[in-house]
Amino acid sequence: MNNAMVIGQYVPGNSVVHRLDPRTKITIIFIFVFVVFLANNVWSYTILTVFALLSMITSRVPLRFVLKGLTPVWFLIIFTFLLHVIITKEGDVVFEIFTFQVYSGGLIQGFAISMRFFLLILVTSLLTLTTTPIEITDAIESMLQPLKKVKFPVHELALMMSISLRFIPTLLQETDKISKAQASRGVDFRTGKLKDRIQAVVPLLVPLFVSAFKRAEELAMAMEARGYQGGEGRTKLRELKFTKLDVGIYILFIFVILGLFFTRN
Amino acid sequence: MSSNEKLVEFRNVSFRYGAEQPWVLKNCSFEIDREEWVAIIGHNGSGKSTIAKLMNGLLFPQEGEIYVAGKKVQEDTIWDVRKDVGMVFQNPDNQFVGTTVQDDVAFGMENRGFPREEMLQRLDDVLHAVGMVDYRLTEPHRLSGGQKQRIAIASVLAVSPKVLILDEATAMLDPRGRRDIMQTVAHLQANKDVSLLTITHDLQEIVQADRVIVMNEGQVWDESHPRELFSKQDDLLAIGLDVPFIASLAKALKQTGIPITKEPLNHEELLEELWTLHSRT
Amino acid sequence: MDITFENVSYIYQQHSPFAHKAIDQLSFHIPSGTFVAIVGHTGSGKSTLIQHLNGLVQPTAGKVKIGDFELTAEKKPKHLKQLRSKVGVVFQYPEHQLFEETVAKDISFGPKNFGVGDSEIQRRVTEALQAVGLSADYVERSPFDLSGGQMRRVAIAGVLATKPNVLVLDEPTAGLDPRGQKEMMEMFYERHRSEQLTTILVTHSMEDAVTYADHVIILNKGSKYMEGKPEEVFVQKEALQQVQLDVPEMVAFINRWNEKFHTKLPFTKQSERELATAITAVLKGGKSHE
Repeated sequence: MNNAMVIGQYVPGNSVVHRLDPRTKITIIFIFVFVVFLANNVWSYTILTVFALLSMITSRVPLRFVLKGLTPVWFLIIFTFLLHVIITKEGDVVFEIFTFQVYSGGLIQGFAISMRFFLLILVTSLLTLTTTPIEITDAIESMLQPLKKVKFPVHELALMMSISLRFIPTLLQETDKISKAQASRGVDFRTGKLKDRIQAVVPLLVPLFVSAFKRAEELAMAMEARGYQGGEGRTKLRELKFTKLDVGIYILFIFVILGLFFTRN
Repeated sequence: MSSNEKLVEFRNVSFRYGAEQPWVLKNCSFEIDREEWVAIIGHNGSGKSTIAKLMNGLLFPQEGEIYVAGKKVQEDTIWDVRKDVGMVFQNPDNQFVGTTVQDDVAFGMENRGFPREEMLQRLDDVLHAVGMVDYRLTEPHRLSGGQKQRIAIASVLAVSPKVLILDEATAMLDPRGRRDIMQTVAHLQANKDVSLLTITHDLQEIVQADRVIVMNEGQVWDESHPRELFSKQDDLLAIGLDVPFIASLAKALKQTGIPITKEPLNHEELLEELWTLHSRT
Repeated sequence: MDITFENVSYIYQQHSPFAHKAIDQLSFHIPSGTFVAIVGHTGSGKSTLIQHLNGLVQPTAGKVKIGDFELTAEKKPKHLKQLRSKVGVVFQYPEHQLFEETVAKDISFGPKNFGVGDSEIQRRVTEALQAVGLSADYVERSPFDLSGGQMRRVAIAGVLATKPNVLVLDEPTAGLDPRGQKEMMEMFYERHRSEQLTTILVTHSMEDAVTYADHVIILNKGSKYMEGKPEEVFVQKEALQQVQLDVPEMVAFINRWNEKFHTKLPFTKQSERELATAITAVLKGGKSHE
């Protein structure tokens, strides 16, 4: 019945951001996470904000999806802001609430730090909004290739990730089914004492594990029957390709970083 | 190669899961020819699914030998054998490896190191063959059971096996899914150079087969044409199988004095015969 | 217990971009003691319907009445546990719900949750095992060591042991071989009569619906498409085909026979033997019918 379920928060589209090689997106975000901390004045913040907002706009992801991704962290952003406002006592007193004095330094600091936070989350959520989990998996597999030399099981890790992704909806359906079956036999998952509620989970978990093991066993057999013998000599249907678009974005991003170095104090 | 060459051969095969366990298969011998459609039928636990797993080296027999396309099935040949033997299993969910239809169909080809260009070509071919071209990027949880099984068939076909085994592949489907699969399979058999082995407990699904092997208690209990089998009603019931409606109606007609000579396999055949009788009177 | 649906609608994932109507303005009445078959192709709303019967879901509009219990969109359901002790549900592949160490413990699980006393539980375990055709030797065995068919029987015994008045069966014979299917349906039918149950069978098998049901409800897109006695509903070939359902094989054959031989043999849930006699009469009677 869970036809409408979405894994992660991917919003399908064909924008520039969607079409970028996932490795490019991951690399840029990785660097962005560091350079955010270099910003220390109005100009440098402006450059980063413009970059983040432009990315968001070109991705054509509806604003409400972006905001939905931010909901869990709004509290943190506001909390960080207030914390800085309260503890920083630099600059002039801007205004007073009751007996509490708010300093300009506090406001600026609070704003700067929460802005950093906001930018970080905006950009990283843009990755998951415009990239399917399987693309991210492929990118990780590709970027970890060098580790193969030290016998790190890169292929196996990527396969594990993609099979997990494949089975998330299946297992969610199964959880729903079993919890309904046990509820029909009188289990109450919602009310009662904590001890009772913990006990109520056993009739759910045991069947889930039993079935997950059975699935794993059958899946392994099906994979073997279809000639799976590990990553050696395997080819791939899905391929990652750097295009001119990626080159363009890298160049743009280099300018952003250069700009940042010129503007910061 | 002549067309009646043996493709699969079981020679006195016995199998059990452990030394203390009961025998699942006892001294089974049979053959499958090239481009033949063989059905194996038997009640649950009759050993019929074990046959499929032995055929591509997922299990090995304690006694006897198995040959596929001239090769003996053993540790050092299993990867070659698995190229020739494609399998579709019962549970549609537990054999779907890819996150999308095209990834799943590609899985077997990727394992065998097919170049990407060829994969794309074959992907198109097999999705056409099972009527799922419009679903390339669909995720498995958006497909019905019958659709998933059609993808499983496509995945197997993509690597051009010599024999396609459907191991109770319709058992978990609704009637429509079941019909879809049987139609797909009949269509494939007519158009592709592949032998078919369908394992089932549903007598409706053996009608189109060239030959039927009936399993009971781990032994080959009977080998015949579907038509002969339909006439052995009491025997079928005795080993836990069903008698199709058309067969039991034919029997009842005979008992009421209608001389039916050709055991009917479907409605048309019976109506045709009754019509002939009718015109004669 | 009487069961009544009054204009029931259920919207799946309401208030989300993925909302869709699983049940749409559904009304019907099932008198106590009836054996009802609910038929419809996959996605017609059958599973959602049965989840209303023991309050696993709450209608988004309309009213569900099961005996004295009422489920509506407005009121938060009360006494759910009591309702669930009266309505037993055998889900598809019920063997997946087994979890206890022994067969006896698993069968006792339901009755225990519903507050049945220990000695009574023990009596019920024995009785339920017998009802599903398993010997008393099974009580101390682990359900996970049993065959698939036996596991299913244990799971069903676990539902029967709660002594429900209404028994809901969601494709209870899926995956069993022909003999297993027949034995299981016979067992449910026997139980239906001996315990005066109201039985609701969700099935894809027109044959089972004809054989066991007093009343058939055909669902399509969450609405009631047809309703009536099996011998009335299942002869309407065109109407059934519209919703991707087949007529029972017997009906299909009689239809084709009537067309070819210009007769009007009716479908009366007759046996193959009775049909053969009728056909023989036509054949032996020569061309008198023309």
